[in-house]
Amino acid sequence: MVQPKAPSNPGRRKFLINVTSVVGAGAVAGALVPFVGSWNPSARAEAAGAPVKADLSKLLPGEMMIVEWRGVPVYVVKHTQESMAVLNKNLSRLSDPDSVEDQQPEYARNELRSRKKGISIITAVCTHLACAPKFYPQLGTTDFDSDWQGGFFCPCHGSKFDLAGRVYAGVPAPTNLPIPPHYFKTEDILIIGEDEGTV
Amino acid sequence: MVNKIMSWFDERLPITATIERHLTKYPAPINMNIWYLAGVLLVVVLVIQLISGIWLLMNYEPTAEGAFASIQYIMRDVEYGWMIRYMHTTGSSAFFALIYLHMFRGMMYGSYQKPRELLWVVGWFTFFLLCALGFTGYVLPWGQMSFWAAQVIMSLFGSIPFIGEDLLIWIRGDYLISGITLNRLFALHVVLLPLALIAVIFVHILALHEVGSNNPDGVDVKKFKDEDGVPLDTKPFFPYDIMHDLYAIGVFLIFFCFIMFFYPDGGGYLIEYVNYEPADNLKTPDHIVPSWYYTPYYAMLRAITFPIFGLSAKFLGFVVMAAGIAIFVALPWLDRSPVKSIRYKGIFSKFFLSLFVVSFFVLGYLGSVPPNPVRTLFAQIFTFTYFAYFLLMPIYSKYEKCKPVPDRVTLS
Repeated sequence: MVQPKAPSNPGRRKFLINVTSVVGAGAVAGALVPFVGSWNPSARAEAAGAPVKADLSKLLPGEMMIVEWRGVPVYVVKHTQESMAVLNKNLSRLSDPDSVEDQQPEYARNELRSRKKGISIITAVCTHLACAPKFYPQLGTTDFDSDWQGGFFCPCHGSKFDLAGRVYAGVPAPTNLPIPPHYFKTEDILIIGEDEGTV
Repeated sequence: MVNKIMSWFDERLPITATIERHLTKYPAPINMNIWYLAGVLLVVVLVIQLISGIWLLMNYEPTAEGAFASIQYIMRDVEYGWMIRYMHTTGSSAFFALIYLHMFRGMMYGSYQKPRELLWVVGWFTFFLLCALGFTGYVLPWGQMSFWAAQVIMSLFGSIPFIGEDLLIWIRGDYLISGITLNRLFALHVVLLPLALIAVIFVHILALHEVGSNNPDGVDVKKFKDEDGVPLDTKPFFPYDIMHDLYAIGVFLIFFCFIMFFYPDGGGYLIEYVNYEPADNLKTPDHIVPSWYYTPYYAMLRAITFPIFGLSAKFLGFVVMAAGIAIFVALPWLDRSPVKSIRYKGIFSKFFLSLFVVSFFVLGYLGSVPPNPVRTLFAQIFTFTYFAYFLLMPIYSKYEKCKPVPDRVTLS
C-alpha cells in the first residue's frame, strides 16, 4: 500500500493546517449567524411589540384607562389632589415604598413612581402569578380591606397595591407592579414601550 | 441457495457480522436480573413514541390559533385519534419511569465505573434530551398548563444575571410566549430532538457493546473465558436473553395498555386537567405544577427562597435545579470505591443511596403540591440530602469497609 511521505517542511505544513482550521472555524461561526439570528423576534413580532401611543387629553383626574402593550394591559391613572396626598400617608403598610427593587426605569424611581407628576403608568401584571389586578380608587371600607386607601386589588390571590402600584406588605406578591418604559411626546401624548431618545 | 444470497450481501454489507456482534453472539452476563429489563423496554417505548408521534403529526396544527382545536379534533373526529394521542402521553410517562429505573440500576450496581464512564455520560445525554423532549412536547397542546409551564420554565432563563432579559426574548422569539414560541418548540420536538435522541441512543448501544454489560455483582466477566475466548459467565443474547425480554415486553405492554385505555389521565398526574382549557395569556392557573417526572427538580427550584452573594433566589433556584439534573454526569469520578456493586459496598454507600431515593420521592411529592413554609423547609432539607449522596461520595466511598468481591458471578 502506498504510504504518505513525511512532509519535507513540517513547520510550514503545520502552519497551513492551523491557518486553514482557524479560517474554517470562522466560516462555521459565520454560517451560524443566520440560524441564531432567525430566533430573534421577527418584524411582525416586533411590530406587535412596538411602542404604543395613548392620548390622555380626555382622561379626567381620578380616572384610569387601559392601554394594551405587548399583549398585557397597562393602566394609566390620572391622580386627584386627594389621591396624591394619600400616597404619602400609607407608607407603613407598603413593603417597598421607596421603590428600591428594580421594577421601574430609573426615571420612575421616585415617590410616585412616575415620570410626570399626577400620572401613574403601571403594568397590570401581578408580580405573584400574573393576574390583572382590579382598580379600586375609592377610600374607606371594602370587602378586602377595612381601611382602603385606594389602589389595585388582585382578585386571584388577594395581593394589594396602592395607586402608584406599590405592593402592600403581607400579601403573596413579592414586589411592586412594574412600570413600563415610557415618555411623553407632547403634554397629552404618551408613548409606552420606549424610553425617550432610544430611537 | 439462501447461503449464496447471504454471502452475496455479506461481501457488500456486513449483515451477518453485525447481527452476530450485536445480537446472536452478544455475551450477556448470566446473573442479570429484573433491573436489566428497563433498557430493553426503553427501546420499545422509543419505538412507540416515534410511531405515535408521526401519526399525531398528521393531524396536529402547530399554530397558536389552531393547536388546541386540532388536539380536540384528534380526540373526537380522527378515527383512533384518541388512542394514538393517549399512546403518546402514556408513552412519555413510561419513558421517564423507565429511564429513572434504568439510571437507578446503574447507580446500584456501579455500572458507571471504569470502563463504563463514557457509556454513562452518553446515557445521561439521552436523559437530558428526554427532559427537553418532554418539555417541548408538553407545550404543543397549547392548553393553560402548556402556556404557563412554558412561561415559567422560559422565565428561568430571564433570571440569568446581565444577559437574561435579552436571552429570554431570543428564546421566545417574542416579548411574550406566543405562536412564534410554539412553532419553534414544535420544530425542536418533532425534528431536532428526536434525531439527536436516536443518534445518542445509537452511540450508547455502541459503547455498551464495546465494553460489555455490567452485572449485579459488578465483577468483570471477561476475566474467565472459555477456549473460544467467550466469557464463561455469559450467555448469548439470542436466544437466551431475548426470550425473557419478550416475556417482559408482554407484561409491560399489558400495564401500558391498561393505563392507555382506562386511566390515560392518571388522576391528573399523567395529563393535567387544567390543560383541557385553551391557553389564555391574561389568566394564570391558580396552581402551576409540571408533569410528575419533573416534580423533584421543580421542588428544588422552589426550595431556594433566599438570595446569596447578590444572586437572586430565582436564579439560584434555576442553578440548583440544573445542577440536580447535571450532577449525574460526575458520578464516575465521584465514586472512589474499589468495588462496583452495592452488594459489596459498605454501610455508608447503602445509607446514602437509600437517602437519595427517599429524597427523590419526597421532592417529587413536594413539587406536585402548592408550597407553604413547612413544605419549603422540607424541600430545602431534602434538596440538601439529594446532593449529599453525590457530593459526599468521594469521602464515604473511599473510606468505608467493603465486603470481599467474588471472582465470578453469583447466582441466587
